[in-house]
Amino acid sequence: MRGQRTASVRTWLLHESPATRAQARLGQAYRVTRALARNPLAMVGLVIVVGLVVVAAAAPWLAPYSPIAGDLANRLAPPSGAHWLGTDELGRDILSRIIHGARITLLIVVLVAAISAPLGLLVGTVSGYFGGAVDRVLMGLTDVFLSMPRLILALAFVAALGPGIENAVIAIAITAWPVYARIARAETLTFRRADFIAAIRMQGASHTRIVFRHVLPLCLSSTIVRATLDMAGIILTAAGLGFLGLGAQPPLPEWGAMISRGRAFILDQWWVATMPGFAIVIVSLGFCLLGDGLRDVLDPRRGTKT
Amino acid sequence: MSALIEVENLRVRFPGDHGPTDVVRGISFSLGRERLGIVGESGSGKSMTGRALMGLVPAPGRAIADRMVFDGIDLARLDERGFRRLRGARLSMVLQDPKFSLNPVIRIGEQIGEALAFHSRASRRERRRRVLDVLAAVRIDDPERVYRLFPHEVSGGMGQRVMIAMMVVLEPDVMIADEPTSALDVSVRAQVLEIMDDLVRRRGMGLVLISHDLEMVARWCDRVLVMYDGRIVEECAAGRLAEATHPYTKGLLASTPHLDDARELLPVLDRGALGASR
Amino acid sequence: MIEIENLDVRYGRTHVVRNVSLSVGAGESFALVGESGSGKSTILKALAGQAPSWTGRLALAGEPIEHRRTPSLARRVQMVFQDPYGSLHPRRTVDDTLAEPLSIHGIGERDRRVLAMLDAVGLAARFRFRLPHQLSGGQRQRVAIARALMLEPPILLLDEPTSALDVSVQAEILNLLKTLRAERRLTYLLVTHDLPVAAFLCDRLAVLRAGEIVETAPIADLRAHQLRSAYGRELVSLSLGGSSRGHASP
Repeated sequence: MRGQRTASVRTWLLHESPATRAQARLGQAYRVTRALARNPLAMVGLVIVVGLVVVAAAAPWLAPYSPIAGDLANRLAPPSGAHWLGTDELGRDILSRIIHGARITLLIVVLVAAISAPLGLLVGTVSGYFGGAVDRVLMGLTDVFLSMPRLILALAFVAALGPGIENAVIAIAITAWPVYARIARAETLTFRRADFIAAIRMQGASHTRIVFRHVLPLCLSSTIVRATLDMAGIILTAAGLGFLGLGAQPPLPEWGAMISRGRAFILDQWWVATMPGFAIVIVSLGFCLLGDGLRDVLDPRRGTKT
Repeated sequence: MSALIEVENLRVRFPGDHGPTDVVRGISFSLGRERLGIVGESGSGKSMTGRALMGLVPAPGRAIADRMVFDGIDLARLDERGFRRLRGARLSMVLQDPKFSLNPVIRIGEQIGEALAFHSRASRRERRRRVLDVLAAVRIDDPERVYRLFPHEVSGGMGQRVMIAMMVVLEPDVMIADEPTSALDVSVRAQVLEIMDDLVRRRGMGLVLISHDLEMVARWCDRVLVMYDGRIVEECAAGRLAEATHPYTKGLLASTPHLDDARELLPVLDRGALGASR
Repeated sequence: MIEIENLDVRYGRTHVVRNVSLSVGAGESFALVGESGSGKSTILKALAGQAPSWTGRLALAGEPIEHRRTPSLARRVQMVFQDPYGSLHPRRTVDDTLAEPLSIHGIGERDRRVLAMLDAVGLAARFRFRLPHQLSGGQRQRVAIARALMLEPPILLLDEPTSALDVSVQAEILNLLKTLRAERRLTYLLVTHDLPVAAFLCDRLAVLRAGEIVETAPIADLRAHQLRSAYGRELVSLSLGGSSRGHASP
């Protein structure tokens, strides 16, 4: 009975000639999801990323101890039944700190992506669509930002604005957008002379309309893919800033800052620096795997046949 | 007439969402030292047939045949290395658009010479002489100049002649031409076909001309195979196409507009009646 | 309906169209015939507002064309492109594509108009929410024709509309274009290298070579193989399958 219903939903979704707009959209989404589900590595990535979101959302309930209050009597304790991942130099439970740190990591990643991806997408599509002087100015600007090493530029910004998560986010976002602009421009150039753009122009559409409704959507999937792949780099940059003491400030449980503090004990109390390191590696890997999977599914160059 | 190529029950199969699909569904034919035309519309499997003969069916597709023999060599069981030794040297293929088939950063003469270097032990000077000869054979007036040009410096028709030169420099036994003229202007088309025709006749090669253009194939070939939906639906002498019996061939002939026809509307193929599987 | 006077188009230093003048009456179907590089497509682009710089005078439906596109131009002229694979937005459904011009020009009753247009170009309503990759070449070209007709322009520019299609599909599209023209009293300007297509669809033709009009003639002359210019006769003989030599201009 239930199997029958799922089967009929599936036929409805995959119908070659959908009856409504909604059915067509849902069908497309289903095809993408199905293609993604067939890629085991992408599913591993998805599980990790979803796991990160769940952990971040439920941190206060999941964490066995407070991430900030420590028990100085029990400092630098090795992993045990009570403290699965051990404690740090102030006697704080490392597992709890990592769980709460997921919130900070997620916040940074989401904010950076939300600022830099739309900005880069807009700059890139406008630049590619109009070409000429607009292109030269915008791409010149992009190249200036692109030519600077990300961490150094972020450092300079944080140094100027002062340390803290917000400033770290702004700094990383400023260094992250040029990549999206480049990709979006390259993609726009491949179809700016296409007949379908000429056709919509002939119908009297304004440039704004063409860019937002016709050009931008075509660059969206490659930007999403790139942003997902970039997440790992963003996490590492944020951790790097934290490590250098320029990102999240103590006592916030930011993973990079945690590694930095654990550095002093790396030889005798290896777990203090290693555990947050594992967290960074796993989450970065998750985003990379998911990004690769998304590229296989979404990349227009590989066709939309599903 | 001894057959150069004999094909029995050739299938080209692609895996798909709903099980494997056959793009070519069991065709048999033979090719002697003659000009054979394969005609069909897009999706008829005509190009895949040509590619199967060259061992160039793109992955994940596969060519399966009960028998596919070229001059005693079993193509159906040949591996990629074996095909590489045949390709260019004994079997060659001319593709639709010379722009995509020539390497843009290598001079034309050197590109043609490369095939010679790969398949023969000719000395550098010998190679150059043979390249110039073959350029002259495809009626390029100034072979010395064209030898030094890059592919983007020549016109479409010249590019296609260069392609043909590249294909025949090793004097292959069979030339497979897949839509060799459809990217060219009408005035150049005839020239290119004449050159191919001339080479095939003079060197006694076998030619497989694959095209969507029934009339062109009828004009330049001895025998025509009409393909539809992965099958050969008609086989006849090129001159007797007007007597074709299969409804598809007849429909195709009828739906082609002519200069002097005064038909108000063109007859349209009834695909339902033809029983297409798609 | 279409007036072209002394049109000159240059791309950089190359002179693509040289001093072309012609006029097409209302309801007439006119063919521009020539080989690649003859400038036939450039003339179409200039009329469509897609050529960057040109000199001369162009007028469509009685109104002169500016160098900049104006919204009113869209209601006077639309175009059908050669490649049905490149002329439809790959991520937009048939419905999106057809409703877009209505939305740009603030025209209501979109559902009714889209369905009526699908019907007019011979596409069943079930194709409405399909994406281009779910359509065949012929179906895509029908969508492209429907899109061009959504704003009900009196003039259609046809840029080799069937040369990328199979012969049997070409017949369907040619029939459709012919029927639509009769039903809607459309004026066609067709660019083609294929003389039989021009003969089937048009009333008059101009033969172009290297940017210049070599000859203008009624289609009856083409059908009777009675073109006056040597180049026109050469094209006819090539089209009839003659060899390039022997039949060439004396």
